[in-house]
Amino acid sequence: MSAGTTMNHSDNGYNFAYLDEQTKRMIRRSLLKALSIPGYQVPFGGREMPLAYGWGTGGIQVTAAVIGPDDWLKVIDQGADDTTNAVSIRRFFQTVADVAVTESTEVATIIQTRHRIPETPLKEGQVLVYQVPQPEPLQKIEPRETETRKMHAYAEYGAMQVTLYEDVAHFGRIAKTYDYPAIVNGRHLMSPSPIPKFDNPKMENNPAIQLFGAGREKRIYAVPPYTSVRSLDFDDHPFEVQTWKGSCALCGSTTSYLDEMITDDRGSRMFVCSDTDFCNTRQAEAASAPDDKAAGEDA
Amino acid sequence: MTVISSAPSMRPVSSGGTSLKPGFADPVFDAQGVFRASLVATAYPGRIVPLDRTFAAPRPFSPATAALCLTLLDFETPAWLDRQAQSGEAASWLRFHCGLPLIDETATARFAIVTDPLNLPRLHEFASGEIEYPDRSTTLVIQVQSFTDGPDTTWTGPGIKESAGVAIDGLPSWFWSDWDLNSELYPRGVDVIFTCGNALMGLPRTIKVEA
Repeated sequence: MSAGTTMNHSDNGYNFAYLDEQTKRMIRRSLLKALSIPGYQVPFGGREMPLAYGWGTGGIQVTAAVIGPDDWLKVIDQGADDTTNAVSIRRFFQTVADVAVTESTEVATIIQTRHRIPETPLKEGQVLVYQVPQPEPLQKIEPRETETRKMHAYAEYGAMQVTLYEDVAHFGRIAKTYDYPAIVNGRHLMSPSPIPKFDNPKMENNPAIQLFGAGREKRIYAVPPYTSVRSLDFDDHPFEVQTWKGSCALCGSTTSYLDEMITDDRGSRMFVCSDTDFCNTRQAEAASAPDDKAAGEDA
Repeated sequence: MTVISSAPSMRPVSSGGTSLKPGFADPVFDAQGVFRASLVATAYPGRIVPLDRTFAAPRPFSPATAALCLTLLDFETPAWLDRQAQSGEAASWLRFHCGLPLIDETATARFAIVTDPLNLPRLHEFASGEIEYPDRSTTLVIQVQSFTDGPDTTWTGPGIKESAGVAIDGLPSWFWSDWDLNSELYPRGVDVIFTCGNALMGLPRTIKVEA
């Protein structure tokens, strides 16, 4: 852990990126099959990792199988680079893979994420690794995997549509705001992991490679670049993303996903970008060119 | 103990007086680099993805075929070799470096390594997976003459922005009509990674090809 230690795969008792080579080969084969069947959950021999289930063991295994010495790794949790989960996973890969880390979405070649897709558009060749707690979108409807597997096999997704309809009947709108189910490549129903539905449209036709790892459930799935990802909806209740009346209190963005922050005991609150890199970049740009910022906001 | 008794039988496989060719010089980073290329090839079908390192491949394998085998195959992946691949030093090289079972039936192979595509078995003879487990299908590694000198085909599907023009040389005449039948099985079906020299090109089952 000490700074400046050069870790390589031959000296510290751990293989490069923690996993042994046979495990990596197994995960790599699963990843290739996952890309070949977009949205289909490939079972894999998930290993026990040195952190608890629910903290990103699936994402870490996927990242470990993909990462190399030339990569730049970015890790975010709820959009932020400086939260506990993100910091510990970043430090983990610095320790076991001696890999370069960054907070910049532009620079990163691999982005491991929990619950957000970065606001900055991704590019070809970038790999986005999602940490997935529950990969089965039908799990709350049908807990038996023997059944959900058949539902996926025969594309029997009516039950999910009924669940959304029950929302419409009860509340007048589809109430699901995160982990919003989507049909990938016109065939497989997929859980996008607990990202806000605000991020669902970013998955469609994204130039980057999107990989999903569920450690406890031992499933890997993927969305290849330039693939259709259609969020379920109805003709008279089309899919909509969240909107906010205000803008980010720090950078003024009106297009990003905003978190509500309580600032005192009297109910004062403010809205700030959940994507810290996006917000910091905008603040830095505004600081260096104040006139442009004012002009940009009027536009 | 059994390891010792099996070791001598490994040694004499050096056919034709030459010793077995080595595997990866750096098993960790070479495998990672080649996997990353195969990930990109599968994610962006129809693109020529060159490997950034070269290998001394056993006959009749090209460097890319050999590298892909070392990266993806091991004791968990029964593999089928076509007759030409069996004839050279490749079979014993694979057994030694990957420790994999080489099998005769195409229908149970997880991987099929093809160096003579004109004598390729029909695609339906390979494992196309089960309807509940479509990932349990054969991945074909097909070594071809050229990615650019063959008949023109147009590829569309996930991973391709609009369409990709590909001209793979040396495939049997029935290949693309068999590929259409393969897409009809979706989500079942075989996947292909073409190799040529030191480059890869992915053809996952989702891709529609107009020949």
